[in-house]
Amino acid sequence: MMKKSFLILLLSVMIIFTLAGEKGKISIEGSTTVLPIAQIAAEEYMMANPAVDITVRGGGSGVGIASLMEGSCDIADASRSMKDNEIKNAINKGINPVAHVVAMDGIAVAVHPSNKMTGLTVEQIKAIFTGRISNWSKVGGLDKKIVVISRDSASGTYEAFGNLALNGDRVRADALLSASNRAVITTIETTPGAIGYVGLGYLTKKVKAIEVDGVECTKENVLSGEYPLSRPLFMYTNGKPAGQVKAFIDFVKSAEGQALVEDVGYVGLK
Amino acid sequence: MIKSQYMKFKKDDVIRIIFTIFAFSSLLFLLGIIIILFKEGLPVFDVVRLFEFIGGKSWYPTHEPASFGILPLIMGSVWVAIGAMIICVPIGIGTALYLHEIAGYRQRMILKPIVEILAGIPSIVYGFFGMVIMAPFLQKLLNLPVGLSLFTASVILGIMAVPTVSSIAEDALNYVPKSFREASFALGANRWQTLVRVVIPAAGSGISTSIILGMSRIVGETMTVLMVAGGAAIIPHSIFQPVRPMTATIAAEMGEAVMGGAHYHALFAIGLILFLITLVFNIIAEFISRRYRLKLGLGR
Repeated sequence: MMKKSFLILLLSVMIIFTLAGEKGKISIEGSTTVLPIAQIAAEEYMMANPAVDITVRGGGSGVGIASLMEGSCDIADASRSMKDNEIKNAINKGINPVAHVVAMDGIAVAVHPSNKMTGLTVEQIKAIFTGRISNWSKVGGLDKKIVVISRDSASGTYEAFGNLALNGDRVRADALLSASNRAVITTIETTPGAIGYVGLGYLTKKVKAIEVDGVECTKENVLSGEYPLSRPLFMYTNGKPAGQVKAFIDFVKSAEGQALVEDVGYVGLK
Repeated sequence: MIKSQYMKFKKDDVIRIIFTIFAFSSLLFLLGIIIILFKEGLPVFDVVRLFEFIGGKSWYPTHEPASFGILPLIMGSVWVAIGAMIICVPIGIGTALYLHEIAGYRQRMILKPIVEILAGIPSIVYGFFGMVIMAPFLQKLLNLPVGLSLFTASVILGIMAVPTVSSIAEDALNYVPKSFREASFALGANRWQTLVRVVIPAAGSGISTSIILGMSRIVGETMTVLMVAGGAAIIPHSIFQPVRPMTATIAAEMGEAVMGGAHYHALFAIGLILFLITLVFNIIAEFISRRYRLKLGLGR
């Protein structure tokens, strides 16, 4: 008797949960660069549509894409486009990843505020980061050792920087690798000879952003494509989005969504 | 009457089974971890040979073509551990000796909890302290290019391991039977002679155990080294160069590694190597402490 009623209870709970699920659940996972955008967009979207429940997680571009393949998230945030073998894996698993550009990001090159340098060319940046130049005097600065600070080799920002500034060459082995954009900023702040790069949204007043090829890292220059170290940020869905997922992606791309993108420090598309 | 006895037996039985399950659950977890480490770590050797993996000098896991040489990472861990040991062994053992031999009751009541609080501070707080305060301070003081280095990491990890070493070493000193000391005094030895010739040798293996467990804590520490070691995958030539220990590599890169890719498997393989290292440390510690108990005739 007890068992039967328990079973009925369990079943009804399950039914309620499935119904609730159909009411609108979106799970987003992936790049920590895109995370602030996904978070604020999700909050605003849920405020306007209380029936929808959105969960947002970081973890990294690779993790998000892997979850999309496993079917454990609806939207994968990525600060890079999917790699060939990831696309191959996805297709093998019957997943058809579709990319949506949701914002632009500029990678700012920053130095310690005491550094007199105002700008470097992409060529010079490449020479510094790959190890051909190790002293500020070689690029017109003081006679001081250059301390190169990079993101971890697995981060999307590293990869974007590697493609945009280094043409795929290796970062010098003695570069300090930091686990987050904030750690890069902290290290630059406290190291007079430092040079590093962060997403535009992470720049603070305590470090000095320098011009690249004579172009300042500003939102206008990133959007116009004039700033050399610019990149798109993506949200990936499985196939063309439908239903709630489509509504959410449309919201992120809308004027309102793009205003939020600006709020968190990235560059909106419009 | 018979029924109630039967019930009681049953209840005892149930409890016994429950506790048996609890006791063996650790074994189950350990087995699970070992299986996962091997299953996810070994596939990397389809891409790179074991010798190239352990002996390779460049770690560029995401580059095309990737190189998976973890020698700089191993050396990073080894050097940080050696540096930290130089700091934590004298301080830890010294603390234990002071607490045991010299400190009065009241001093001990104050000092012991303080050392234990040191053990309770989360490692991220140590890391933050090292990154924001100690690294800039050392950088200015010694006029270095950068403060995040092997040296900074060693100092912070050394401080972190002091409580582990001192509390186990102190226990070991406490285990030395009173009769040993009394016999020594009776033979006319003074306090110093008793300490150096009798108490420390008698507690010797316990003290060695404390050092080995401290070392295993240092090698396994992740968050702190991630924040203060600098993270450059090079074999250091100076103590003021940045290093990238194995644990920091796994923590920093696992989130972004492509699941099922060579990089992902390489990180698991590093985890496997770390696991084997700490396993060896623990076996040595266990072996020494067992021998020590037998030597003192305290049973097993």
